Amino acid sequence: MSNLLDLLVAGLATGAIYAIVAVGFTLLWQTSQTINFAQGEFVMLPAFLMLAAMHAGVPFWLAIIFGILLSMLLLGLGFKMLLVDPMLRHGVLPLAIATMALAIGIKEAVKQFFSAEASPFPSIVPAGDISVFGRLVSLQSLGVLALAISAVVALTLLLNRTSLGHQMQAAAQNPTVARIIGVPVERMILLTFLINAFLVALASLLITPIYLAKFSSGEVLGQAAFIAAIVGGFNQVRGAIAGGLLIGVVDNLAAAYVSTQYRAAVPMLLLIVIILFRPQGLLGRPEERTV
Amino acid sequence: MSAVLEVSGIKKSFGGITAVDGVSFDVHEGEILGLIGPNGCGKSTLFNCILGQLTPSGGEVKVDGKVVTGLRPSELNKLGVSRTFQLLQVFPKLSVRENLILAGQEHQGNMASRLFGPSDAGLSGAADQMIGFFKLDHLATEQAGGLSYGQQKLLDVAMAFMGGPRLVLLDEPAGGVNLTMLGDLKERLAAINREKRATFVVIEHNMEFVMSLCTRVMVMAEGKVLAMGKPNEVRANPAVIEAYLGH
Amino acid sequence: MSAATKKYLRIAFGLAVIAALIFVPMNFNRYGLFILSQWAVMTIAAMGLNLTLGYAGQVSLAQGAFVGIGAYTAAIMTTQGLPLIGALGVSIVLCFAIGWLLGYPALRVQHHYLAFVTLAFSTLAFLVFRNEDWLTKGIYGISNIPRPHLFGFATNKPLPFYYVCLGSLGIVSLAVWWLIRSPWGRAFVALRENPIRALSLGIDTRRYTLMAFAIGSALGGVAGTLYAPLTQYIDPVPFNLSLSLDLLMMVIVGGSGFYFGPFLGAMIAVLLPEWLRFTQGYYLMLYALAVILLLIYSPTGILGILDRYLTERRTKAASALREVAKPKLETAA
Repeated sequence: MSNLLDLLVAGLATGAIYAIVAVGFTLLWQTSQTINFAQGEFVMLPAFLMLAAMHAGVPFWLAIIFGILLSMLLLGLGFKMLLVDPMLRHGVLPLAIATMALAIGIKEAVKQFFSAEASPFPSIVPAGDISVFGRLVSLQSLGVLALAISAVVALTLLLNRTSLGHQMQAAAQNPTVARIIGVPVERMILLTFLINAFLVALASLLITPIYLAKFSSGEVLGQAAFIAAIVGGFNQVRGAIAGGLLIGVVDNLAAAYVSTQYRAAVPMLLLIVIILFRPQGLLGRPEERTV
Repeated sequence: MSAVLEVSGIKKSFGGITAVDGVSFDVHEGEILGLIGPNGCGKSTLFNCILGQLTPSGGEVKVDGKVVTGLRPSELNKLGVSRTFQLLQVFPKLSVRENLILAGQEHQGNMASRLFGPSDAGLSGAADQMIGFFKLDHLATEQAGGLSYGQQKLLDVAMAFMGGPRLVLLDEPAGGVNLTMLGDLKERLAAINREKRATFVVIEHNMEFVMSLCTRVMVMAEGKVLAMGKPNEVRANPAVIEAYLGH
Repeated sequence: MSAATKKYLRIAFGLAVIAALIFVPMNFNRYGLFILSQWAVMTIAAMGLNLTLGYAGQVSLAQGAFVGIGAYTAAIMTTQGLPLIGALGVSIVLCFAIGWLLGYPALRVQHHYLAFVTLAFSTLAFLVFRNEDWLTKGIYGISNIPRPHLFGFATNKPLPFYYVCLGSLGIVSLAVWWLIRSPWGRAFVALRENPIRALSLGIDTRRYTLMAFAIGSALGGVAGTLYAPLTQYIDPVPFNLSLSLDLLMMVIVGGSGFYFGPFLGAMIAVLLPEWLRFTQGYYLMLYALAVILLLIYSPTGILGILDRYLTERRTKAASALREVAKPKLETAA
């Protein structure tokens, strides 16, 4: 068990990234019934935008800002106005299918315009190990964990402690009432799309140094985020956070103790069990069913 | 006369609110029992408990002397208990005839004969008879969703009779139906009751409809039975007048 | 145009399409025949999903896994020298049974939850294909899958095997046509449109839900059984989650709940990328864009456009009828 601490830290680090992606996923679901099957590709793309800027000679820090802003423009504003808005009134399923098509489109575009090969991506946390309680722990894991957790904390504070956050929650939970009491619902929904875009860009920045930038890497990420969102609770931000951390840890422990071959099966089994026995998720509240 | 439906001590609460609080009554063969009461007095909840759509928190339901509490609605339907809902519940994309065949098909043969047998389950004749009975001829092949509201309501009621039920529970059959159609509907229900000895329980707000159609009337208020008796007696009952006109 | 003329025109059109499917490919090259055979196979799988999703209203992201189960059954059995027809029987029974079990979650959860349960199943099936080397030969795959002899004819060459696929599609089409016109088909639609009302009419919604899953999955197995001898080599990759997503897209794009939806959807998914090949690397991008634009324009798919047009015409005709009938009613009253 000598590497249990390492495993836990690494698990929490990837888990925190999953949590960021899952939170964005649940935000979209709550405010506009969008099941975004392209969420994984949304994480994959910003890293390539940053790489493209760097190839053009822009310094790393500026490329990061450029990548985040462009993501918010494309994956936030553009996604909402061009895809979600025209399709929302047609129900959940056609929109979900359209996001599947979007996932194919983004993947192929990256393959075509950038590269089909994996590219290395610079880390914003320096490499090396640090001593914690007399053990060496990867600095990168700790840095990612710290950054992801601060993002999640900042978001939770925004949602729960500010009037803007309260307005967003009202818009998500009951748009009709929210509109009556004067919440600008449309603007709040747009805001959640922008926040989601920001979150995926951040996740991209944190995870790409670990797994490299590749057009197909969104598939695994997207699935991890789905599972995190469901396991934690589809309709709760804190559920998505807990689900993300749990899946990250379970994933890393499974890789070490189950078998690398069936590592991916463990989160899936967890998902099936949760859906069958506690469909609202670990921390979620049941959705009312009308007879 | 034997009791077709025996309800004893049915209770249903949602969270802390008791919607139905120990309701008991019998319905005898050939009777038309009217069920009235102010909105929210628990009539529809009582229906849903009797029919297995909701599990009652307490009490027992018997059909023809057999305990049926806890049976699923489809099983109850096969025992000859049928219903309509407060809101229109026809299948808009199917034709009028298809709607009626659907309503009767599970009462014919078994799963295998329904797969390999004729596509109408041998019910085209019965469906057309029902269409004629409810005066929906010339609409047989129309999509149900394209009919007028009153016509859909007739179809909705007609569907409840396709399986040849012994007992039919109708939840506001007259709601939203215009006067001409209402006369038709009442007359048709009375005819089925006469000819087939079918037993009805009818929830309705239209007093004229209830008083002229029903043989007995039960009044509910706040989840309890307030009064039960012949239409005239109930109409004259001071407690009923109080519940309806009081406050 | 009278109703009878219309009916004859429709029959004539159908016969022309069937004749074209039989005779036109005779001078196609090997690749063209392969693509067309693939269309027939994918149509069968999509028809199964259309039954589960389109008619009975149960979302499934596992159809690709059933194609995989069918394909591996066929590959394993026929490389051992067993006949393909036997493999077909085993595939159907196996997929029917697994599909039935997969239907149980649908009795508890609906919509997106059901989608994710089936998605998880799909991933688990893929892991089994990839990891159980002793059975599936893992990532190396199974090669030299033979094509069958039917009625004494070898179907090794592309054209005869295309006819095997086309014939199978024909049989499946007839069976599905029979099914959806039977009381079962009506019960499936009732299950999709209004399960509570269906239940009150004596329809055992549990049993029909499980049946919808089982039969839809079995058709996925049929498609898989043809897929293995078509490609003559299988490995786990084609049966990952994206096949399930592709099949779902075919059903929705063609028109979910329409009988001819899967034919059109599979045509677009299999043939459109081929037609767009002249654009080289851009073809899948253009395909994705085309799907998105179509869904924005008509979320009920291609046949949804047609249906909307027909309904509009019928409503117009009906209101015209009512206008005519009105004066009569008024005089009668």
